Amino acid sequence: MAARESDLLGRFNRNMSSLIDWIDTRFPMTKLIKEHATEYYASKNFNFWYGFGVLATVVLILQIVTGIFLTMNYKPSAAEAFASVEYIMRDVEWGWLIRYLHSTGASAFFVVVYLHMFRALLYGSYKKPRELVWLIGMAIYLCMMAEGFFGYLLPWGNMSYWGAQVIVSLFGALPVIGEGLAEWIRGDFYISDITLNRFFAFHVIAVPIMLLLLVTVHIMALHEVGSNNPDGIEIKGHKDANGKPIDGVAFHPYHTSKDLVIIVVFAILFSAVVFFAPEMGGYFLEHANFDPANSLQTPEHIAPVWYFTPFYAILRAFPSKLGGVVLMGLAVVLPIFLPWLDRCRVKSIRYRGWTYKLALTAFATSFLVLGYLGLQPATGGYVTAARVFTILYLAFFILMPFYTRNERTKPVPTRVRT
Amino acid sequence: MTEDADLQRRHFLTAATSIAGGVGVAAAAVPFVASFRPSARARALGAPVEQDIGQLEPGAMIKVEWRGRAVMIVNRTDAMLETLGNITPQLRDPDSAESVQPEYAANEFRSRRPEILVVEGVCTHLGCAPLPRFEVAPADLGPDWIGGFYCPCHGSRFDLSGRVFSGVPAPTNLTVPPYTFVNDRTLLIGSDTTGAA
Repeated sequence: MAARESDLLGRFNRNMSSLIDWIDTRFPMTKLIKEHATEYYASKNFNFWYGFGVLATVVLILQIVTGIFLTMNYKPSAAEAFASVEYIMRDVEWGWLIRYLHSTGASAFFVVVYLHMFRALLYGSYKKPRELVWLIGMAIYLCMMAEGFFGYLLPWGNMSYWGAQVIVSLFGALPVIGEGLAEWIRGDFYISDITLNRFFAFHVIAVPIMLLLLVTVHIMALHEVGSNNPDGIEIKGHKDANGKPIDGVAFHPYHTSKDLVIIVVFAILFSAVVFFAPEMGGYFLEHANFDPANSLQTPEHIAPVWYFTPFYAILRAFPSKLGGVVLMGLAVVLPIFLPWLDRCRVKSIRYRGWTYKLALTAFATSFLVLGYLGLQPATGGYVTAARVFTILYLAFFILMPFYTRNERTKPVPTRVRT
Repeated sequence: MTEDADLQRRHFLTAATSIAGGVGVAAAAVPFVASFRPSARARALGAPVEQDIGQLEPGAMIKVEWRGRAVMIVNRTDAMLETLGNITPQLRDPDSAESVQPEYAANEFRSRRPEILVVEGVCTHLGCAPLPRFEVAPADLGPDWIGGFYCPCHGSRFDLSGRVFSGVPAPTNLTVPPYTFVNDRTLLIGSDTTGAA
């Protein structure tokens, strides 16, 4: 009996391996699995900051899957959009869950990606040889902003409408071509059915394709140079007799099993929001968006969703339209140049000097405070505060070459600490 | 094989093919880029609209929709018109030199007829809708407020002619759309003349 079972198992294994051989001669399946999982070595000293990349991938997949199911009932027209969202919420079986997963997923995506980017600032993950990983990552971030902006118009609530109105008119601030450009983006003289329909096309086809492509390229570039780690030491510097980094462990099964725990913890927190606070007190789904779009009636107070508010606060801080737009543009674009603005060779905050630690704290604080100010009305003390923190935010980048040039760093060990 | 290759000729052909291909791609992009402009239907729906203002009391305002924008029509009282002359030092563009309006509205009243104001209800900052705040010195706008338009989004202030105050985010005065009087009590918004529509 036992002999026959092992015989069957042996036959199954032989068949499997001949199937794998058959595929491998036609497609580099085993090679890819080795390169990107079982023989991709990442440092053994990863901390929780290294979980956000995996989480971003998980949320991206969640957004794509829930998004596909939403398009099955959503109607991208000014006459029907608002009602079709209500229909999804009330009449479609489990429609409310699919929509709340998608709307909460949008905010979760930004939470996770902001933390992922902050990790790069902490441990110098943007520095040589990972400049391209950082640049591609910034392109992903810009695509995400576009995706969030286009998607926010789709429910066709009044905040959707006026948010889009404000952002599109930013282009109108550009000299000479501005007005024509804004009209070209809208496809009409105002935000209309035509605008909604094209934003839908961008949101569900054009930008997601770009995102998937960029995420693939981001991971390819990362796996070419190898992951950074909390010590900011290149683990490829110390290899064993087989040419494998001594301080690295294979991505699969070691990092994947750790990531599974991170994903479960994230799923618990995420579900708590989806089921108990999907509107998050008006921060994830704004109250004014429960009224349908009305081109003649502005909401009392226009504020974008929370993930754009730091930039919105910067936009409003400057007392002229074009100036505000330029400052906001700078705030978004400056991080792209980080690999060349930072002149310090030491990567990790563990071994960097007090100047960078202070600057990073000031930057993180100003980002959070600006995020809060962007939700407040643009009056008196709020504007003054926004100006102060805008200067701090921009100074982090603009002054970086100066305060990092002669930074007093600590000696960096040659092997990672465990 | 490469020994007798004419490299100069090869470079020329590569460059010529690239340029010809590039021109082709640019030409093929034209229809796609142009398809983004307002369609014929969108342009037709942007035609002028008529509004009866016979019932508009002095001091009152109505809103009309034109091209999806609110156009505010105010019948200003004499007391309202008197405020306009006194505040010019506080204004950013009192003579409407940098603002958008038809020639006949480039004056202190920014209108064809002094009492009838026609302005777009679209803030020149970021396109929010300014609110009519005709009362004097309300609690939220302070004791210096003499009546005008206030944008709740970013706090821009305009006088009763839609002229912007200095020190607010809006760069220019509220835009005056083209308009004309068809007769004593009928306004045509979107056209300078009664003849051409």
